[in-house]
Amino acid sequence: MTITLGHYLTVAAILFTLGIFGIFLNRKNVIVIMMSIELILLAVNINLVAFSSFLGDLVGQIFALLVLTVAAAEAAIGLAILVVYFRNRKSIAVEDINLMKG
Amino acid sequence: MYQAIVFLPLIGAIVAGLISLAGARARHPGGSAKDHKDYHAEPQSGAAAHADAHAAEEPAAAGSRSAELITTVLLFIAMILSWIAFVSIGFGQDARVQVAPWIAVGDLRIDWALRIDTLTAVMLVVVTTVSAFVHLYSIGYMEEDPYRPRFFSYLSLFTFAMLALVTSDNLAQLFFGWEGVGLMSYLLIGFWFHKPEANAAAIKAFVVNRVGDFGFALGIFAVFMMTNAVDFTTVFAQAPSLTGKTIHFLAWDVDALTLICLFLFMGAMGKSAQFLLHTWLPDAMEGPTPVSALIHAATMVTAGVFMVARLSPLFELAPVAQTFVVIIGATTALFAATVGLVQNDIKRIVAYSTCSQLGYMFVAMGVGAYSVGMFHLFTHAFFKALLFLGSGSVIMAMHHEQDIWKMGGLKDKIPFTYAMMVIGTLALTGFPLTAGYFSKDAIIEAAYATKNPAMIYAFACTVAAAALTSFYSWRLILVTFHGHPHDRAHYEHAHESPMVVLVPLAVLAAGSILAGYPFKDLFAGEEIKDFFRGSLYFAQSNHIIEDMHHVPAWVAVAPTVMMVLGFLVAWQFYIRKPELPGELARQQEPLYRFLLNKWYFDELYDVLLVRPTLWLGRLLWKGGDGWLIDGFGPDGVSARVLDVTRNVVRLQTGYLYHYAFAMLIGVAALITWFIVRSGGAG
Repeated sequence: MTITLGHYLTVAAILFTLGIFGIFLNRKNVIVIMMSIELILLAVNINLVAFSSFLGDLVGQIFALLVLTVAAAEAAIGLAILVVYFRNRKSIAVEDINLMKG
Repeated sequence: MYQAIVFLPLIGAIVAGLISLAGARARHPGGSAKDHKDYHAEPQSGAAAHADAHAAEEPAAAGSRSAELITTVLLFIAMILSWIAFVSIGFGQDARVQVAPWIAVGDLRIDWALRIDTLTAVMLVVVTTVSAFVHLYSIGYMEEDPYRPRFFSYLSLFTFAMLALVTSDNLAQLFFGWEGVGLMSYLLIGFWFHKPEANAAAIKAFVVNRVGDFGFALGIFAVFMMTNAVDFTTVFAQAPSLTGKTIHFLAWDVDALTLICLFLFMGAMGKSAQFLLHTWLPDAMEGPTPVSALIHAATMVTAGVFMVARLSPLFELAPVAQTFVVIIGATTALFAATVGLVQNDIKRIVAYSTCSQLGYMFVAMGVGAYSVGMFHLFTHAFFKALLFLGSGSVIMAMHHEQDIWKMGGLKDKIPFTYAMMVIGTLALTGFPLTAGYFSKDAIIEAAYATKNPAMIYAFACTVAAAALTSFYSWRLILVTFHGHPHDRAHYEHAHESPMVVLVPLAVLAAGSILAGYPFKDLFAGEEIKDFFRGSLYFAQSNHIIEDMHHVPAWVAVAPTVMMVLGFLVAWQFYIRKPELPGELARQQEPLYRFLLNKWYFDELYDVLLVRPTLWLGRLLWKGGDGWLIDGFGPDGVSARVLDVTRNVVRLQTGYLYHYAFAMLIGVAALITWFIVRSGGAG
């Protein structure tokens, strides 16, 4: 069995869907949300690389590198915020984070 | 000199007003918010309800004495100048003083000018003399009141407004003075603002006067519409050309002069408390007694009479309006006298008497005997002010008791006041050779001599009223000063008033006797034409002054007979058989009630006017404002917006996954939209 573009895209779509549902079905803690975001970005990266190789255009892979960089920065900042938040409010459970309630 | 007469009281009022303001500032440094608390904190005890002066809990403001002295001295100067003016105008030339241009709109030019002719000079003398002595009297009467500077400021300001009224050269200035005296009347009736009755009476006086002033204003507008001017000289010059002209209003054509005069007389009815618009005058007695003497007896209420005399060139051309004036005047004279018969409050008796005498004056005005009406105004000012100030002296002696049935036997305790009151009563009832004798008899003769259609009615009413006047006046004297003391405690403590109160009484008493004979020929005799000259207008056909000297002898003696009759009945009722009045009242219960309740006018107006107005007001308040405007207007809209937002706010849960879900839905919707669209297009 040859692995075609369709397989890559399917994996990416499954990962993406997992990430989406991870964000809003998760009731536990914020770290899971961040992981879900990583999953979404990963799915996008897979798509980019798959299309790059399929179309023979390197721009897609370069762009995937850019996304990886951004994802790393985002994870770093996100975790930093989480640490500070935990210090302040002694909890990072999603249920407890509702300061924006109207 | 004329400017000084008019503006000296204004200066006094301003100075006293400043002193009063300084006093108020010193009393409540914090400002007006504290005032309110103090008013409510003041105990509303039973004593305060009927007391003429409230207990002086706080000391008088600094400078009270200087405020009194300044206003009084300025008034006396004005009085002396007025008498000089009276002599120089009455026996010399008219004067006109241009003070300042006032209103200039389009081709309407109104100047502030003083028109000093004999008519004005008579009023100047009356106003300044009574006012000066009332000022003097008030120094004694208001001794215990902490708000004296304010009181004297009001008194002087009133005098200024009244002088502006009588010196006016045009209808606009007349209206300014007219409203000015109305305002000061309101302020002075409500001077004791912590008494609810005084406030109610002040509002009543103001509102009833507005009804009259409404007519007066319409009259002025009509005059302007017909003549394009409001200054007297132009209007009077054009008046003859107005006869026969009509004013077209909706579907009616009304005779212009009749309509104008009726409207103007409506103003006079309000100000002079004539029948139908009289209800405010008795209630106005809630004010301090000097105010009653000055405003509600001698000066302001005669403004209506003065106005009709001033506008005699108009009234003389409107016979229908004249007949109306006669009928209203005669009705008032009789009506007020009947009510006066059974009143028990010393000031209210005198108030109804004032009302009745004003009716006499209007009868004289209506039959065209303007100078005779002015004569009665002149004499009446003296003896009615005397009666009021005398009543004030009695009230002071009785420690602010006003019910005549709680007095009695006072003639030994306060002999001087008694003597003065008797002189005032003699003059009022028309005892021969007193001032009232000449003027009142002249009016009754004029009422007989006139060719006015209402002649019989006027004559009968005035003669009957003369008898009633005599009866209630002597009833007042006999019950108050003769017989046995009805209230021992008050009687024992009764004391004669201080000199500062008695001197004005003596002067006014002298006026009550002397104001008649020397002026008889000037006002009601041969010399009218030389004395009044152009200030009063007699039409060619008006021979009333001549005719009234040729009435039958029985007409001439009728008032005197009536006066004696009234006195004898009063003597019989209250000295010889004191039980008789009570029996009569029981026998004629309905009639007695009818009179005691003042012909039920207050109740009638309450049902006809006050309650519907209150009902309408409540309807508009609760229904119009509360339900409609607050429910659906700006307030309603803002309330609905709040309702909506309150629900929208609930969408903001604060939970991250809700926002994320919303975003997802949004993205999904957008993508679906793009796909479907491009699919459709492709």
